[in-house]
Amino acid sequence: MINVLAAVDVAALKDTTLLNMGIFGLFVAVTMVIVFRASRNNKTAADYYAAGRSFTGSQNGTAIAGDYLSAASFLGITGAIAINGYDGFMYSIGFLVAWLVALLLVAELLRNTGKFTMADVLSFRLRQRPVRIAAAISTLAVCFFYLLAQMAGAGSLISLLLGISDWGGQALVIIVVGALMIMYVLIGGMKGTTWVQIIKAILLIAGAAVMTFWVLAIYGFNLSALLGGAVETANNPAVLNPGLQYGKTETSKLDFMSLGLALVLGTAALPHVLMRFYTVPTAKEARKSVVWSIWLIGLFYLFTLVLGYGAAALVGADTIKTAPGGVNAAAPLLAFHLGGPLLLGFISAVAFATILAVVAGLTITAAASFAHDIYANVIAKGKADADTEVRVARRTVVVIGILAILGGILANGQNVAFLVALAFAVAASANLPTIIYSLFWRRFTTQGAVWSMYGGLGAAIVLIIFSPVVSGGATSMIKDAHFALFPLSNPGIVSIPLAFLLGWLGTVLDKKREDTAKQAEMEVRSLTGVGAEKAVNH
Amino acid sequence: MGNEAHTPDAAASVDFEQVQSTGQFQELRKRHRSFVFPMAVAFLLWYFAYVLLADYAVGFMSTKVWGNINIGLILGLLQFVSTFAITGWYVHYSNKRLDPIAKEIRDEIEGHEFDKHGKRVGGANK
Repeated sequence: MINVLAAVDVAALKDTTLLNMGIFGLFVAVTMVIVFRASRNNKTAADYYAAGRSFTGSQNGTAIAGDYLSAASFLGITGAIAINGYDGFMYSIGFLVAWLVALLLVAELLRNTGKFTMADVLSFRLRQRPVRIAAAISTLAVCFFYLLAQMAGAGSLISLLLGISDWGGQALVIIVVGALMIMYVLIGGMKGTTWVQIIKAILLIAGAAVMTFWVLAIYGFNLSALLGGAVETANNPAVLNPGLQYGKTETSKLDFMSLGLALVLGTAALPHVLMRFYTVPTAKEARKSVVWSIWLIGLFYLFTLVLGYGAAALVGADTIKTAPGGVNAAAPLLAFHLGGPLLLGFISAVAFATILAVVAGLTITAAASFAHDIYANVIAKGKADADTEVRVARRTVVVIGILAILGGILANGQNVAFLVALAFAVAASANLPTIIYSLFWRRFTTQGAVWSMYGGLGAAIVLIIFSPVVSGGATSMIKDAHFALFPLSNPGIVSIPLAFLLGWLGTVLDKKREDTAKQAEMEVRSLTGVGAEKAVNH
Repeated sequence: MGNEAHTPDAAASVDFEQVQSTGQFQELRKRHRSFVFPMAVAFLLWYFAYVLLADYAVGFMSTKVWGNINIGLILGLLQFVSTFAITGWYVHYSNKRLDPIAKEIRDEIEGHEFDKHGKRVGGANK
């Protein structure tokens, strides 16, 4: 593979800006029409938050894949494999295996017991107020971290495509992306958002499939030859072995374990993924959706292995690192190398669409949680009517949209997959123990839930603040300050076990017992689906 | 629309503690847990074994097996295979062993065989 490095001329990317914008504009126009059509039936809260529970398992499964295969998966993992080789592949495996937790332990039981949000399930048999508030706060925190990651991805992509690294230009485009997202969610609600996810998932998986096929064709469909190419370009046989990024010291090895733990336990606790289970009519359809998404996501992550090593072989780690957008630019640069401006335009539009769709999904989750859990159930004490609740949700969408735009303008430069892994750690610490305990442990009490949620959330966030991610390192957010007291960049290995422990401790020390009738009701409902929310008929 | 959520009319008057104590429900619970718990432990152990190997047994994982394909890559791809296999297995198990009994219980409850104020009407136990 001689001359491959010269084949990607980063400066030439600027000439393709108009084409990129054209393809992206087309996507926006088509999806807007669909969102408008889908929104005509948005009448009730169940319509707005849960799309009238009218999607089929396969539609919802595709939408879940759309939600899950965020910029982190496409830009982040491809970049991580291109730069760090095998250690990047680890993200793919963790993100996929994690779905088994959702499939076996959470999805169906949750669909059977809840209505709109994660807090519905957690507060089912515990005291409503404290548990709902805690669940809503952790939902908002996880959505915020996830939004930050997506917006950082948007920033990277924009700086690559428009060749602009000046602050004002990037900020302007992030504002445009954010405004579009607000419109989707305001107009379309969950139904419109779900359709955007479905279209985006199909485009993303198809685009990745084409690139994978192309890369494999270059190497005669021989994976070993592709890996050889990556070794040759990197001039380092270690790209095929674990440890390139995380094997340097004992601390970094521990960090790798921490990352592995957060990845596998985070998925089943992500509020925007959990909320998707309410868009289907039954638990059986919820199961079908998870099965669909496992196949689609698994397939996609197999593609990322080829794309990552393909980018390492054909583009080269050095070119990627110095390109505007850095690590996150590996996939677009590979597209440019393979298919020139047209493929780059298509792939970039898909990546933009990915960010837009995921941000929309996160926003509607956060808005639903605020309106349904905090406003309707806590502030209005269950007396707000559905119209008011939806109106509050729509206003929340605008507020969150503006926060996301501001966060996106501030967050930049970090690997997107890495930032998402932090969101996973926060979700696994704050939510997973309470979800598991309240579904499976009869004795579990309100005090246990509250201790576990606040303890897990607080520990995860405090450890992130005092980690090398925020200060003290070359890639930190604040480079000049030094308060990195906690050596690991992912808090999972400490905060997740701590949250499980607090949930147990809070329960055994609790003198109050919960209502056994409610526990019986929750258990019977969760396993049999009695009285579960039905689809809305129009 | 009630915001307290969980009181759709169909199930409002059901005595769930009574349902919970029936042999049929206990059987469903046992079947569910005896599948998902061991399976969850198994795949988590297999996943963490893999992560530990990648972390602390770099030499072993780097052993080339065929061309540039090393043990690490093969084990990684096997994680994909096991995930797909467990998914298929669980779906098969649910369809055969969980769904029919869950539907029976649901039909009985929705047919008002369990009522808070009255006695149990029909035979929930086989």
